[in-house]
Amino acid sequence: MIAREHDLIGLNFLRLGMLSLGVGMFFGVIGGFQFLFPDFLQELLFTKTRPIHVSMVVSWIFLAAIGGIYFYLPRQQNLKLWSPVAANIHFWVFIFTGLAILFSYLTGRFGGREYFEFPAALSVPIFFTWIMFGVNYFNTVRKEKEPWPVYYWMWGTGVVFFFITFCEAYLWLIPYFRESMVREIIVQWKSYGALTGSWNMLVYGTAIYVATRISGDKEAARSRMAFSLYFLGLFNLIFGWAHHTYLVPSQTWIRLFAYGVSMTELLILGKILWDWRGSLTEFQKNLHCNAYRFLFAADIWIFINLVLALIISVPAFNLVTHGTHVTVAHSMGSTIGINTMILLSSVFYIIREELSAEVHGVCSGQVRTGFWVSNISLAVFFVALLAAGFGRGLYDGASFQDMATQIRPFMMVFVLSGVTLMLGIWLVLWNAFRLMGMIVSSATSEEVQPEAA
Amino acid sequence: MNLDPFHATFGYDCYHFRPHDLAAPSRSRGTIINNRLIFGTLFVSFFFYSAYVYTVGTEAAHVPPMSDEARRGQQVFQKYNCIACHQFYGLGGYMGPDLTNVISNRGEAYAGAFIAAGTASMPNLGLSPDETSDVVSYLGFVDTTGTYPPKNYEVTWFGWVTQEDDPQ
Ligand code: HEC
Repeated sequence: MIAREHDLIGLNFLRLGMLSLGVGMFFGVIGGFQFLFPDFLQELLFTKTRPIHVSMVVSWIFLAAIGGIYFYLPRQQNLKLWSPVAANIHFWVFIFTGLAILFSYLTGRFGGREYFEFPAALSVPIFFTWIMFGVNYFNTVRKEKEPWPVYYWMWGTGVVFFFITFCEAYLWLIPYFRESMVREIIVQWKSYGALTGSWNMLVYGTAIYVATRISGDKEAARSRMAFSLYFLGLFNLIFGWAHHTYLVPSQTWIRLFAYGVSMTELLILGKILWDWRGSLTEFQKNLHCNAYRFLFAADIWIFINLVLALIISVPAFNLVTHGTHVTVAHSMGSTIGINTMILLSSVFYIIREELSAEVHGVCSGQVRTGFWVSNISLAVFFVALLAAGFGRGLYDGASFQDMATQIRPFMMVFVLSGVTLMLGIWLVLWNAFRLMGMIVSSATSEEVQPEAA
Repeated sequence: MNLDPFHATFGYDCYHFRPHDLAAPSRSRGTIINNRLIFGTLFVSFFFYSAYVYTVGTEAAHVPPMSDEARRGQQVFQKYNCIACHQFYGLGGYMGPDLTNVISNRGEAYAGAFIAAGTASMPNLGLSPDETSDVVSYLGFVDTTGTYPPKNYEVTWFGWVTQEDDPQ
């Protein structure tokens, strides 16, 4: 099984994503040290390291999700990309925009909006390539003759809603929004909430795709249950965001409504518990040991995060946890524990499919070590953030420095476990990157031979 | 940081369902149309809800309009990326304190001194005196928009929080 040349586009996205994750985590660690020692690396202020970290790790999530889609459709679903050229342009524009964003951070040119800390003009190429990606995606999956499995819906929803919410995130450019603080901040967090919801559509779609492929049960992705959960997710994407902003004075019912919507997730929790016992034997565990491992980890993190998310969506608890490291614990648990584990699973699924002989017996060894080191570190990291968050939540507004001193031991544990987390992920990435490189080079060497051979 | 994926929880555990849970009874044309219908309804309601949130849902009639200095101050705040370390209404980076009510809690002079000189843990970002006074008036504007963290509130039996000092 050797990849054809135009299947390489997806692999390029995936490898770039891995690189971005590796470097992004490194900046996260630097930022962590700056949290502990404000004088650390004064040349590269926290105002720079933080956005570099955030932008690069978020890029990983996008690159890996998009790369999977570009790869799976032509390679495994028999749906030729509508335009491989557009996909290639997408890739190169992503690289150049990414470099421009890095440059603007390093030279201290900021847009200064949470998560979009780069100058607003650099969003323009992102905007256009996203349209290209969307057109390419829908024109490709349109050729599917069967009814769409749920992951096509999810990917499509992610594509559409990311576009909408990305535009929404820039409404602040209009004075009508910018000059009303409440509107400004509510619309901003409405868009961020739905934006994360959209990338989750891309990532969770990938999870379901990989899982149904491994289990060989195609109908699972067309079942009523799968669709019900998808629509519940979409409902939450549209209406659940206001739990970020319970404490911002918008209309009361918007906030009450979001509380109610957030609690519908209890249904899902119930479902998880229900299925917990019987669920594990279905996978072809050994064949896809690494992909299985990471999906399994994602599942544990889903459970942990859901419990935390439900708790902090109760306004009475949110009062204490909002604006503290508890929120960080929630977002790290989700982006690392859930998203990254799912996407790594997708990476190893591809590797296993394309390189059967070479990876035979790679169930133990470095990937396994990296897997355990990163997951155990993440657990420590998560608990340290919760502890620091509660410390901050009890802060009475008197001396900020005293509070910071009090939670310092937890922050130290947080930073140290951040270092081992990075090392664990690096070990996994190093192997994945190398193995994917083997797929790429076997594909390019095949090119030399005539097609018919 | 607030990257918050739990809005979209449909993916939760879907890959764990055993085939007999999921075995679709039959894929009639009806289901496909239903899927489109549900999607369409949600999609349209997204726009109606957004329109509501952009207008009536976020009206704040009691807040005085933004002054020119505050307007410039808002740009200064973004230019120096203060949000990397500070929050409004608890949203932003967590290295420094929330700034929503810093002016009524500590006063303009205090805030100005912090910004102009920095401290051991807050860097001196090198703002010009004009920029400093602009950003202070922006903080003053933000201060008029509400109270954070809430001071007078009650927790109801179902976990809801009612705020006395909430302008709504
Ligand atoms: C690198 C992180 C960082 C950046 C960037 C930063 N601050 Fe701070 N700021 C802090 C920390 C930490 C404190 C608390 C310092 C202390 O108590 O010694 C603080 C305190 C303050 C205070 C006093 C708040 C209080 O309640 O005591 C004000 C006002 C303030 N900053 C405004 C700003 C403005 C305006 C900007 C952007 C021009 C900014 N800060 C950028 C970290 C930062």
